[in-house]
Amino acid sequence: MTPERPKIAVVTFLGSLDDHDATWALAALDAEALLVWHAETELPQGTSAVVLPGGFSYGDYLRGGAIARFAPIMDAVTEFAAAGGLVLGICNGFQILCEAGLLPGVLIRNASLSFICRDVVLSVERTDTPFTSRCQQGQELRIPIKHGYGNFTGDDELLTELERKRQVVLRYHGDNPNGSASAIAGVVNEAGNVMGLMPHPEHAIDPLLGSPDGALILASLVDAARERRTALV
Amino acid sequence: MPLAHPVDSDSAWRLQPRAPERSTRPPVALGHVNPRRYTEGSLAQIEEQPIHRALGLTDWELQRICELLGREPNHFELAVFSLLWSEHCGYKHSALLLKKLPSTGERVLQGPGENAGVVDLGGDEAVAFKVESHNHPSAVEPFQGAATGVGGILRDIYAMGARPVALLDGLYFGQDDIQFENAVAGIGTYGNCVGVPNVGGATFFDSHYAGNCLVNAMCVGLLPREQLTSARASGIGSVVMFGATTGRDGIGGASVLASQELGEDDADKRPSVQVGDPFTGKKLIEVSIELIEKNLVESLQDCGAAGLASALSEMAASFGLDIHLDRVPLREADLEPWEIMVSESQERMVAAVTPSLVPAVKAVCERWELPCTEIGKITDTGVLRCFWKGEVVGDIQARFLTEDAPRYQLEFAPRPKQDPPLTPIAPPFRQALLELLGSDNIRDRAWVYERYDYIVGSRTVRRPGLDAGVIRLRPSLRGLALSLDGNGRIAWLDPRTGGAHAVLESARNVACAGGEPLAITNCLNFGNPEKPEMAWELNEAIEGMAETCVALGIPVVSGNVSLYNETDGQPIYPTPVVGCVGLVPDVRYVTDAWREDDVVLLAGEPQLSIAGSEYQALYDKVYGAPAEFDLEAEAALVRFLWKNNRFFSVAHDVAEGGLAVCLAECAIASGIGARVDLPADPVQLFGECGGLAVIACAREHVSQLEAGGVPLREIGTAGGDSLNGLPLGELTRAWRAEGVTPESAVRGT
Repeated sequence: MTPERPKIAVVTFLGSLDDHDATWALAALDAEALLVWHAETELPQGTSAVVLPGGFSYGDYLRGGAIARFAPIMDAVTEFAAAGGLVLGICNGFQILCEAGLLPGVLIRNASLSFICRDVVLSVERTDTPFTSRCQQGQELRIPIKHGYGNFTGDDELLTELERKRQVVLRYHGDNPNGSASAIAGVVNEAGNVMGLMPHPEHAIDPLLGSPDGALILASLVDAARERRTALV
Repeated sequence: MPLAHPVDSDSAWRLQPRAPERSTRPPVALGHVNPRRYTEGSLAQIEEQPIHRALGLTDWELQRICELLGREPNHFELAVFSLLWSEHCGYKHSALLLKKLPSTGERVLQGPGENAGVVDLGGDEAVAFKVESHNHPSAVEPFQGAATGVGGILRDIYAMGARPVALLDGLYFGQDDIQFENAVAGIGTYGNCVGVPNVGGATFFDSHYAGNCLVNAMCVGLLPREQLTSARASGIGSVVMFGATTGRDGIGGASVLASQELGEDDADKRPSVQVGDPFTGKKLIEVSIELIEKNLVESLQDCGAAGLASALSEMAASFGLDIHLDRVPLREADLEPWEIMVSESQERMVAAVTPSLVPAVKAVCERWELPCTEIGKITDTGVLRCFWKGEVVGDIQARFLTEDAPRYQLEFAPRPKQDPPLTPIAPPFRQALLELLGSDNIRDRAWVYERYDYIVGSRTVRRPGLDAGVIRLRPSLRGLALSLDGNGRIAWLDPRTGGAHAVLESARNVACAGGEPLAITNCLNFGNPEKPEMAWELNEAIEGMAETCVALGIPVVSGNVSLYNETDGQPIYPTPVVGCVGLVPDVRYVTDAWREDDVVLLAGEPQLSIAGSEYQALYDKVYGAPAEFDLEAEAALVRFLWKNNRFFSVAHDVAEGGLAVCLAECAIASGIGARVDLPADPVQLFGECGGLAVIACAREHVSQLEAGGVPLREIGTAGGDSLNGLPLGELTRAWRAEGVTPESAVRGT
């Protein structure tokens, strides 16, 4: 018997760009991926996880994610996360989660002051999260980044706390492309159910398109979403 | 002295015209003359200079307009004529020459004349593509000029009903300076924000572009065959405008900027440059595609150069339109009707809609939070009639603006061919190779293309960097190979060879990536066509392109002409730029790197020359006659490259820097060296122009290659960590220009 395909909601904000790519990648990894419009006020019935995709929501003319956090759907996402629901923010999605206060820290302009699109190597710092269960501790993943504001930072206290509470899940390995503090590429919230990362796992699920390593992250999410769905039933 | 003559044979021309006169004063925007009273005013009453000249029309052209209308035009109409009859919109100096280009073929679904060319890919799929210049706006304001160049070419693609899936850009600048940085940032800002990957292009530096840079943007879109959309209205209905509001930006862009030379007073032209809003651009893409997919619009047209004036005259061509300009949503309250008509505010579309479907169209726009307004009706009068608060402000037969635009026959003054160049005294091989690898036109382009999102859309199989980008036609394994090329140096030495070279180079690049070239689009960047030597260059390049296209069996399905590329009388190198689209049967075979022990071969045996080469530019001055082409051999090479591609581990054509640089680039890209027999003659080592390619394949596949008449020569074996003893690390460092200047080191991070 094939395991049930968990329902994963991918939010389309006005200006989202990787929403279809994320949907395509999740579907390829055996999830039922649904696009959810930013103006909706509820997530679809039976949603097991939410993905906030990359892009330039509402143009991001003010600051990445600063407007998107006020989108009607974000109340439902916040509520879902508060109830322990799985939320993954990729790139602009990560910025939105930070702006919404669902994740700590901020993402400022890249140290180089320019947009960067290239493959980077990440090292997996934790495998006991719903987003990295398929990875090995210390595993190196090759996944592309593409952003102008991916420089993760916070005050010293926050950065110390993040390390102490083991909230750093992914770090840039070798080259730190954007100047992020402690080479942080991805973090989780304290409860461990909300994660944000600047690299794009949805653009690394097929060797033909560059690398298959991002599939480890998304497949971990699909696994976790499936377990939650089963637990609910 | 008569500079140009209208053509007698053109049926639209009955009168023997007077020789056109050109204004000796620099052009000014209509806004400077401030014709407040658009409905009245005898032209003779304008004091400073006749208003038609200020708008870029000649006295003869004004007379012709009067004859067509049977009366004097009012200021509103004159503004519309000046834009539609500008070189940029009306192709008045180039149209007759462009007819020389082959534009038909079995696969051609739409040739030149619409917003973009469309080619059949089989299996109900089609590809729409076009390249367009945004040179003068980019010279005056590089960031916005380049950004709106991208915005404009995107609109041309989705106006055809196609979803944009790839961008390429051709950048020709004086040097890698702040102007260039800003243009790259502008392209990145627009393309990255609308989610269309930038998969390739050309970057070329030469002092001849210092005062007048070239920014050519190409866009490629995919569509189901039956979704092909026309700009022309196809029946009675409503005219709906959607997208951004209309403001004063970009007034006179097509006539003041694109169809005049640049000069000292360019700061005054900044208001003629449009300002882009990629967020609205993204919404506009989605709305346009959704309207077409849901079959809600009869025709779709973008407001590009000359704004509504151009869009509406195209749309009205076979029917007629009544347009109420006071209904157009405005950004500033006090715009005059003529300003609304000619504003080039970005991110606006007009559609012809069956009246009963207008509410459905409005609903789609509302969902995407875009303004949408019914601004008029399609009629059967053939007249483009514009109203302002119920009063007629303009009344022009649509064909006067399009079909009846003047067509000038140019006067040519050939430049004699130069003698072949001598081989300059150059440093030893090792030094020359390292210096060439680090030279401006050869070194690694990652610092440019890494500013662009080249992966969005999940189609990019081959990223920018080598020959051509490749995108996958998901869900199938077929793909498209895309390239954009053009070498102004060669075209300056011999424009005919330059035109041919641009076609061959782009076709070879596509073939090296495994694509069968299907068709091309071209952008002709030249100087002032009213100067006989420039006109000769343009004609030669077009004829060179035409001959080559015929030899390769590929048509030109779209394109753009950018003339008057001169600043203070100094013309650019004539630069024909060609974008090629090729069909890749199976993207799993797209080559990327040679492997240890692969056999390295040379395909082709062309004449080479150092005239116009990077080698010559580096160690001498640019002069001489480039090598001549054997078009039959060139066509055979292109065929050989794509037909045998599945056997290759690498295929890379010899271009800037010649054979030595080509081999080094293969080794750097592969991360594996090679030992090969190299000729001693600098012309053979560093010469350019003719079709020659380095290929590599496994030993057992050599016998399976079908040469098809192409000379193949085994020159060595891949392997190790050096190229004939030159360590790969050293080659790579030279190519990345590491440590050359502190500036480039910063950008590289």
